[in-house]
Amino acid sequence: MISYRLDEEHEALRDSVADFARQIVAPVIGGYYERGEFPYEIIGRMGKLGLFGLPFPEEYGGMGGDLFALCLALEELARVDSSVAITLEAGVALGAMPIYRFGTAEQRECWLPELCSGERLAAFGLTEPGGGSDIPGGMRTTARLEGQEWVIDGSKSFITNSGTDITSVVTVLAITGGQPAPGRRPEISSVLVPAGTPGLSVGGKYSKVGWCASDTRELAFSGCRVPAGNLLGERGRGYAQFLQILDEGRIAIAALATGLAAGCVTECLRYTDERVAFGHRLGHYQGLRFKLADMEARAHTARLAWYDAAARASAGEPVKRQAAIAKLVASNAAMDNARDATQIFGGYGYMNEYPVARFYRDAKVLEIGEGTSEVQRMIIARELGVTDRD
Amino acid sequence: MNIVVCVKQVPDTWAERTLRPADSCLDRASVDGVINELDEYAIEEGLLQAEAHDGEVTILSMGPQKAAESIRKALSMGADKAVHLVDDGLAGSDALGTSLALSTVLARIGFDLVILGAEATDARMGVLPAMLAERLRVPQLSLARKVEIDGNTVTVHRLTEYGYDQVVASLPAVVSVVEKINEPRYPSFKGIMAAKKKPVETLSLADAGIDPAQVGLGAAATEVLSFAKRPPRQAGTIVKDEGDGGSKAAEFLAAQKFI
Repeated sequence: MISYRLDEEHEALRDSVADFARQIVAPVIGGYYERGEFPYEIIGRMGKLGLFGLPFPEEYGGMGGDLFALCLALEELARVDSSVAITLEAGVALGAMPIYRFGTAEQRECWLPELCSGERLAAFGLTEPGGGSDIPGGMRTTARLEGQEWVIDGSKSFITNSGTDITSVVTVLAITGGQPAPGRRPEISSVLVPAGTPGLSVGGKYSKVGWCASDTRELAFSGCRVPAGNLLGERGRGYAQFLQILDEGRIAIAALATGLAAGCVTECLRYTDERVAFGHRLGHYQGLRFKLADMEARAHTARLAWYDAAARASAGEPVKRQAAIAKLVASNAAMDNARDATQIFGGYGYMNEYPVARFYRDAKVLEIGEGTSEVQRMIIARELGVTDRD
Repeated sequence: MNIVVCVKQVPDTWAERTLRPADSCLDRASVDGVINELDEYAIEEGLLQAEAHDGEVTILSMGPQKAAESIRKALSMGADKAVHLVDDGLAGSDALGTSLALSTVLARIGFDLVILGAEATDARMGVLPAMLAERLRVPQLSLARKVEIDGNTVTVHRLTEYGYDQVVASLPAVVSVVEKINEPRYPSFKGIMAAKKKPVETLSLADAGIDPAQVGLGAAATEVLSFAKRPPRQAGTIVKDEGDGGSKAAEFLAAQKFI
């Protein structure tokens, strides 16, 4: 029989991040959210706590942990706030991880120490204005080798961490081959583009429904030149690389979604104990007790799903199916719990100053980013071996 | 420099805390134990001073087996090693007994500087730093909001009702700290992993050479005769302004000796 109990070290990490989230993030994040301001101060302190180096070895300034440790931190942060959690998720799982996984020793030494310390942030440029779920088919951005340089043209959408004052590098996925043969995928490769490279223009901040204290931008590339040595990993392996990165990213998003779902339970437990209606505290009413029970059941199930996927991934086992299930289940849980929590809070739940209102606004994107729920179902069905024969 | 930080495990400040009817002692079993908040500042100050002066930080804690969790956390924050004084004979010790036990261990392990929180959130006596210093025959510098060490001299800054004090003493010394002094760090994953390998020496009364007759509930010089739950808050006084609201409010404040 296997157990889902955490070992002492992961338990201590969870406690440490939970204290940090409650004491450092919770008191001030509402203001950043309202102002749409990136919380440099909090991100800096997350860096000092070592959160951005969690899954990386100590030789690059990391903490020597694993994906599981990162996911625990994400869940604890997201119980309080998703903006700082997604900044960490995108910075580590999407930003720094490809450099660690596919980079040369030189590339790792160049970029990772600053990224592990949280002093700088990395971004991952995959999605495009005309291509989200249908990447690579919808990809238009190209990188062509001219002498000793890659010349990049095209644009990327919804890129987290790409426009902060501390962004150091963006991993850009681009078509590096000619017109593919009919029925074949184009050749795709990853290229590292340092922030501030001429020809890379960073768009203004999007006006988003949620995640308002995180940085999300559109990037435009116009004759953007970087050295040929900035190719990340093998030429033509970009598609395989991002599939692997996204599998882990999905587990991380599942942990983040679980945190949001669990945060809803915590807020509602407090509120149903305080608020009196019709002569009783809200917790007296079975309608609300049942709602809370359902919410806790969803959060718990979501947690088990990501624990399973993260434990497998940390052990180096294949996780495509488990990662997709975790992401699907946890983002559903987050969405359902956010809706219920807002309902329990009534009018207050619609006021931005209450955390549940933030949860409501932050939940929806979890069913969209890093693979929509529909994409997760496509993956699960394919992994199941569902036939599509006529 | 050899820095010893005294750490007390206390019941979680946020939990409902009670005394046991049987012996009027704090019920430690029913609530989570955490590091006394001011002791976290003491640990941080110990670590900062050790980093600045190439020192070593030893955690000293007296408490039941459960206190090992708090010792582990202090080591995760970065302390180098720990001494845990644990013995059933210590249960129920008052400040006199505790200071005797801790000073005996401190004299045994040696120190240049002892740092501890100015008070604990459970008993809130705030006398332990003074008692330790007295028993160890070293200077006491209390309520520090800043500590500076220069060679063999330690200077603390503290805020008082009448202004700022700067108190200077030679080492070795005992320093008690307040929450203005720094911002305690959170244990990182690397610190947590490293703490597993750090030495923790466990001492019984016999190991430490402490006379069991001088510590514990039986030897306590103070006794809790009775206790009661705090009464519910009374409704406040409402001053109705009929042109004389200002003077009524002033009278109230004067009666409470606020002005």
